[in-house]
Amino acid sequence: MKRAGVVAWNTFREAVRDRVLYNLVFFALLMMAAAVAVGQISIGIEQTVIVSLGLSAISAIGLLISVFLGVALVSKEMDKRTLYALLAKPVRRWEFLLGKFGGLVLTLAVNTAAMAAGLLLVMIYVKHTLERSDAAVLVAVYFILLKLALIVALALLFSCFTTPLLAILFTVGLYIVGLYVQELRNLPVQVMSPAMLAFTKWLSYVLPNFENYNVMAMAAHGRAVPGALILQNSLYTVVYCAIVLTAAAAVFSRRNLK
Amino acid sequence: MPDPAIEIENLTKEYPFGFLHLKKKTSLEGLSMQVETGEVFGFIGPNGAGKSTTIKLLMRLIFPTAGSARILGKPISDVEMHRDIGYLPEQPYFYDYLTAAELLDYFARFHDLTAADRKDRVERLLKKVGLETARKIQLRKYSKGMLQRVGLAQAILHDPKVVILDEPMSGLDPVGRREVRDIILELKRDGKTVMFSTHILSDAEMLCDRVGVIVGGKLRGVGAPGTLVDMKTQGMEILFELRGTSNSPLLSKATRTGDRYQLQVAEEELYAAIEQLRGAGARILSVAQVKATLEEFFMNLVEEDRAQASAVEVSGK
Repeated sequence: MKRAGVVAWNTFREAVRDRVLYNLVFFALLMMAAAVAVGQISIGIEQTVIVSLGLSAISAIGLLISVFLGVALVSKEMDKRTLYALLAKPVRRWEFLLGKFGGLVLTLAVNTAAMAAGLLLVMIYVKHTLERSDAAVLVAVYFILLKLALIVALALLFSCFTTPLLAILFTVGLYIVGLYVQELRNLPVQVMSPAMLAFTKWLSYVLPNFENYNVMAMAAHGRAVPGALILQNSLYTVVYCAIVLTAAAAVFSRRNLK
Repeated sequence: MPDPAIEIENLTKEYPFGFLHLKKKTSLEGLSMQVETGEVFGFIGPNGAGKSTTIKLLMRLIFPTAGSARILGKPISDVEMHRDIGYLPEQPYFYDYLTAAELLDYFARFHDLTAADRKDRVERLLKKVGLETARKIQLRKYSKGMLQRVGLAQAILHDPKVVILDEPMSGLDPVGRREVRDIILELKRDGKTVMFSTHILSDAEMLCDRVGVIVGGKLRGVGAPGTLVDMKTQGMEILFELRGTSNSPLLSKATRTGDRYQLQVAEEELYAAIEQLRGAGARILSVAQVKATLEEFFMNLVEEDRAQASAVEVSGK
């Protein structure tokens, strides 16, 4: 585990030195522009607009980083052969994978936290105060981070057995499908055979459920997010990531490097 | 006698290829050999012979189709074995956002060294490979030779018992090659086992206690460079001087430079040839054993392999 930590810290250092966190400048500019504009165009619904925009930006920027860097975590190391010298050290392949995953999640956590702080500052600027109900924004940010962690795990899995381009397509595809898991579960029973019904039901439970992470509307309107949902999403993410990372480790442990 | 440092038994590696991966290309075929503790072993062969494949198999970067290997008595699947092994990959490439000192410190962390020990070793190794002045420069600004030096430093950073180097002289200038040779000899003096692959035969002849010659994925000979060559040593060379002309049939077989001639004969024909030349009025200047170089031995094997490959191709057609 200590060795995974060493890999994780280096992965974080790589992201920082490769200027991944520069996206924060873009986010800051976006939020500043929004803060100025919102006062003029949306009297009475400033909070809704600012929170929706801010959370959407946090989610979109995080998605881009998690998909592209998630796929590159292992494939770049294999491509550039930086992995060779590392795997000759007393480090297991699963420890390497876990470290890479942890390093990117740490990067995303720092990035998301900085953006969340920016969002709260803009909210204070617009509303001149913060209320207890604004805690929902923090929960929404936490859910975004959980979602990003799951996306990183999936990207890592795909990159272990296919090309980077296909891994990106698979990850994005699965994310989009995962946004509609509830609809899949509630397909009209009348039009389907029992076998098809059982299959779609099974599929809806196997596919990652990204819909549950979306509490943007609640946060935008200052409604509290139920504690049960926080617990459920946290557990769901931990278990799902553990399964996906185990699968990734199983594939990667048998993979011949170039 | 101590146990061998590296034992390889029937190691085979096949790569599937083609649309459905139904065809197979054999990169390494039934390799069995040993590297003794404390020796410098050279693994020589042309490009694509299977040298790097063997080393990658030993490092578990790729997995064998058949066979097994042990290093320091432990199976290569045992990750803890890597505590005692140093490895330099071929044409190494490292995290270019790190400086040399940071990279070495990063790798040292996997060996559970204390912070003070890490710092001390990193400084010592950077000095040893001549990079102490470039220690704070990011690796993206390093030349190929400098990267090779960093690679060598990371391979011996943790004071391993066995050091495996894949083409360690590659990309180095003459000074760099000399320094690497010195490091290999120093490792040997310290009782380490060194196995390195190369296609530069003079390096192997100069440094190795034994060499293994691999061609076309098959091991074609193992032994001390001298004994390998001796097996193929044949003939005697006579250097003589002859003024004027002669009808001796030997003259037509000799190479002439001015009045001097160079003649190669079989060992059993030496005395008869000398008699004949003296009878023709020649002055014998020297007689020497014709020693095939490692290069000739190596080239013969390569030629044989090529001839076999083309014969298979022709019969296939």
